[in-house]
Amino acid sequence: MASLSEGAGLAPREGRAAGRLPLAALGAGAAWIALAAATQLLPEAGDFPYTGAFATTSLAAGLALLALAPLAHRLGHAGAWLRHRTPWLAVLALAFLAWELVTAKLEWLPMPFFPPPQAILEVFAEDWRKLGGSTLNSLKLLAGGYLIGAAAGVALGVAIGWSRTVGYWAHPVLRFVGPLPATAWLPLAFFVFPSSWSASTFLVALATGFPVTVLTWSGVAGVNKAYFDVARTLGASQRFLVLRVAVPAALPHVFVGLFMGLGGSFAVLVVAEMLGVKSGLGWYLQWAQGWAAYANLYAALIVMALMCSGLITLLFRLRDRLLSWQKGLVQW
Amino acid sequence: MVAAALERTFDRLLPQWRAAARRDGPGPTREAPPRPAVGGARLGVRAVSHAFDIRGTPLPVLDRVDLDVEPGGFVALLGPSGCGKSTLLRLLAGLEPPDSGRITLDGQPVEGPDPSRLLVFQDPTLYPWRTVRGNVTLGLEARGVAGDRRERAGAALRLVGLEGFEDAYPHQLSGGMAQRAALARALVNEPRLLLLDEPLGKLDALTRLAMQAELLRLWREKRFTAVLVTHDVEEALVLAERVIVLPDRPASVRADIAVGRPYPRHRDDPELVRLRREILAILGQPT
Repeated sequence: MASLSEGAGLAPREGRAAGRLPLAALGAGAAWIALAAATQLLPEAGDFPYTGAFATTSLAAGLALLALAPLAHRLGHAGAWLRHRTPWLAVLALAFLAWELVTAKLEWLPMPFFPPPQAILEVFAEDWRKLGGSTLNSLKLLAGGYLIGAAAGVALGVAIGWSRTVGYWAHPVLRFVGPLPATAWLPLAFFVFPSSWSASTFLVALATGFPVTVLTWSGVAGVNKAYFDVARTLGASQRFLVLRVAVPAALPHVFVGLFMGLGGSFAVLVVAEMLGVKSGLGWYLQWAQGWAAYANLYAALIVMALMCSGLITLLFRLRDRLLSWQKGLVQW
Repeated sequence: MVAAALERTFDRLLPQWRAAARRDGPGPTREAPPRPAVGGARLGVRAVSHAFDIRGTPLPVLDRVDLDVEPGGFVALLGPSGCGKSTLLRLLAGLEPPDSGRITLDGQPVEGPDPSRLLVFQDPTLYPWRTVRGNVTLGLEARGVAGDRRERAGAALRLVGLEGFEDAYPHQLSGGMAQRAALARALVNEPRLLLLDEPLGKLDALTRLAMQAELLRLWREKRFTAVLVTHDVEEALVLAERVIVLPDRPASVRADIAVGRPYPRHRDDPELVRLRREILAILGQPT
């Protein structure tokens, strides 16, 4: 659907493409080359070993853009993406340039707290092992807790929505305990559970489970009663009514819960890693701050943003697959 | 003496003849091979009363309703909106038990929903997450029917004129097509009693006429027993063999009118025009 509407939007521009689009690409390429020149040629306030590497990377990006500009219309999908994103690429180069100038070159921003781009490039180049390992540990912890929380949330939500008895007993507990932020359990969790790992898994699961439970429940409770009448007259068992009618009908709600749960689980993950777990991106942030390694801090933030955004993209992809029957889905 | 003996013999043989006629299907076409257990069922409704509970006060909707429909018959229940007709259909489908009275199908009491008695609603109520084919195979899946469900769904969709739409989702169908899919979802299960709760009520006038003809064709082809709830006098007269008039609430049978005209019927048939006037008078409408 996205590609279709994008194509439709591009169609009228296609005719003018020859005149306008290479120009935009040329501008973007020039901006990257200007960034490279400024980085390499202007005198620096400090000692940054990766200044040359950053300049080279920028130059390569600029030259690539210049080379691809006349070819973009022949590159199919990638070319279309490139043309669509050209203004963004130009602005990105200008932003890097401004960043470079106010930090390394002019020192308008106080130095240790605001490192230049080449310092962050240095972290990625020199410390990628520790950063990568931390990311992996965060992902493992998050995946375990999230999957447990999501599964338990869906099961509990369906049970509350389906069974009067379960609803009677679970509802007050959910109302009392659910709104409590999962992070509030942190001090308790760290001495109740045998390891900080299991404690964090529990907290992530808790943060995920509450929204998933409530939204699954409301989804199941809101299923059109006629759907059940239809299935009952057709000879459906209770099992069929739950698994083949209630759950698929509630799935749009379940996905809203999964989305909210994912956001909550990120927050809990970072706090748990900062306060107890001796690994992961939260721990890396804490460690970088302890050593006043501010470049590492920014690098970890960038990785964390990529990870969270990637996971949400993944969730939306899954939803698009499972809910392709729905009209008017939000495009992430 | 001889007359009494003849009468006894006749009484003994009559049910057998009837059963044979039912298997072959009544009417002029007798080429269809006998299909045991499939075909219309005899419906019996005896003194059925029912009330809704509105905040503690009972609101009676059905008052000692009596109704018999012979196997393969087509009966229309006609009355104003909110007179309890739809409630009667829900009771016939077994979705709710009546407060009092007895409902039987071929002499067996109705004690819950069963695929032999299927309901088609005013809204098609297709499952939006299933394709048209997935909706039609619902009953076969729910009962764990083995065999080629795909093929049976395809046959049912051909029957209602929806071939080529197997993989479409319900939101891609028009109102008339969705209602055809709902009919296919019921018919694929070979129901012996089809309960139609104003299935054409929300369609535009032209689609409605086309679907009336379609419904008639399906009924004559499949020979299920049909009970149609409607508040459209013309629709009842064009489709049904008998029109049951339920003018009041709580609903009770005021008139049971046989429409003895051959199919296909025409709206301007003088006999139908006369019956229409008669029914409107019973319903208290100026004609």
